[in-house]
Amino acid sequence: MTTKEFAGATMEVNEEGFLVDPQMWNKDIAVAIAKEEGIDELTEDHWKVIEFCRQSATDNGAAPTLRQITSGTGITTKELFKLYPKGPAKKVAKISGLGKPEGCV
Amino acid sequence: MKTLLILGGGTAGTMVANKMSHHLDPLEWRIIIVDENETHYYQPGFLFIPFEIYSPSDVVKPKRDFYPSNVEFVHSQIEIIEPDDNRVRLTRDNRAIDYDYLVIATGSRIVPEETEGLTDNGWRENVFDFYTLEGATALNRFLKFWKGGRLVLNVAEMPIKCPVAPLEFLFLADWFFHERGIRDKVELVYATPLPGAFTKPKASSILGDMLKDKNILVEPDYMIMEVDHDKSVIRSYDEREVPYDVLVSVPVNMGSEVIDRSGMGNELSFVPTDNHTLQSENWENVWVIGDAADVPTSKAGSVAHFMLDVLIENMLRHMEGLDPLPKFDGHANCFIESGFENGILIDFNYDVEPLPGKYPLPGFGPFSLLKESPVNHWGKMMFRWIYWNVLLKGGEMPFESQMTMAGKWN
Repeated sequence: MTTKEFAGATMEVNEEGFLVDPQMWNKDIAVAIAKEEGIDELTEDHWKVIEFCRQSATDNGAAPTLRQITSGTGITTKELFKLYPKGPAKKVAKISGLGKPEGCV
Repeated sequence: MKTLLILGGGTAGTMVANKMSHHLDPLEWRIIIVDENETHYYQPGFLFIPFEIYSPSDVVKPKRDFYPSNVEFVHSQIEIIEPDDNRVRLTRDNRAIDYDYLVIATGSRIVPEETEGLTDNGWRENVFDFYTLEGATALNRFLKFWKGGRLVLNVAEMPIKCPVAPLEFLFLADWFFHERGIRDKVELVYATPLPGAFTKPKASSILGDMLKDKNILVEPDYMIMEVDHDKSVIRSYDEREVPYDVLVSVPVNMGSEVIDRSGMGNELSFVPTDNHTLQSENWENVWVIGDAADVPTSKAGSVAHFMLDVLIENMLRHMEGLDPLPKFDGHANCFIESGFENGILIDFNYDVEPLPGKYPLPGFGPFSLLKESPVNHWGKMMFRWIYWNVLLKGGEMPFESQMTMAGKWN
């Protein structure tokens, strides 16, 4: 298992850079991971999505899919791609300290 | 008199009716099955219609031929399910049915309207689906006289019914255009929301290599935003444009509208269901089988079949006041047609991804897992007969419901 430093704390991460233990996450870590993912500033809308994902993962035991995020937050898919360019579901899961979304089987 | 009500008379609902009619005492129970459609479709056969391997008559039979005689069949739309009152209202004659146990087997359907522009002018002219008989037949008419060009297959969103079908379509297209002598004039492109060919790593890498060998281009992580019919391109949310001459779409899949109307579904109208017992998460006398359930495994007839014994046992236990057993493991197994009279078989569950090996008899087969073989192809071809004559009628199949690791290697 590799480790990585975020916001002064050493974290265990998997081979794709996702935190291994979601309990270790905090907001400073989110900001640090977001920077690495090319998002310089986390706005209110960014946080709204992150908070939804954290809550959803607590309730369901897994990071939400793209459609769960859009129907749960009211943010459209288009806006979500602006907030989190490329793959939003995967990106926001990473920033929220959750595992990779397993929406697909 | 107690009532077992089954909603949906497709693969899953028909199997439940057949099994339950043997288990329940007809003096104590009546079994009712409701479906709005009289025709049973052998859905795995739709894939073969565009390529003239099957014709429409090969994939349709009357639903009533498969229901046991002691089951009442009601041909009607379902208006609403009222699970708090143990009642279902039908549109036909405004009939309301009070039930003691309810089985939801309403399946999944394609919803092309979910993707902007998909059903515009080109729909069924040079934009097709193959998940309906109409779509598959229209595509067959188109391909019959096609001179070649760029064929793009797009999967709009996961989950979809039969997640291997898009790959099979491309493998068969490669074969079909070879046979027609125009493969050199055809470009095959696969635009998928997945990061690769399939959802599970080992299978994804083997199937990905096959796509490469067959010269099929993959556009991964592709989330379609719209179909621009005027420019003949599809556009993704991250603004990648993929041009097409013919677009074959696997549209968004959702559960039945009645699930949504009744407020019983998740964001895709699938019913929240316990992954291992198949009991509804919200009502203890409501049970869910097949594509209608939100369980994280493939939506496929084989899965409905593997769910069947668990569902029946658990309902019977519940009727006796016992707790349901968490026996369903997400077991799925799929024949993948790979063209040129070859096929691949994959076998997996919630926890174990598809692995190479032999099936169903360890070391012997006759089927090879995660590997092309002619025997796998003949297995798939024979399966249609098994489906109509054994599976739907609830007959015994020579496999266990739970997946086994015997005969597989990592």
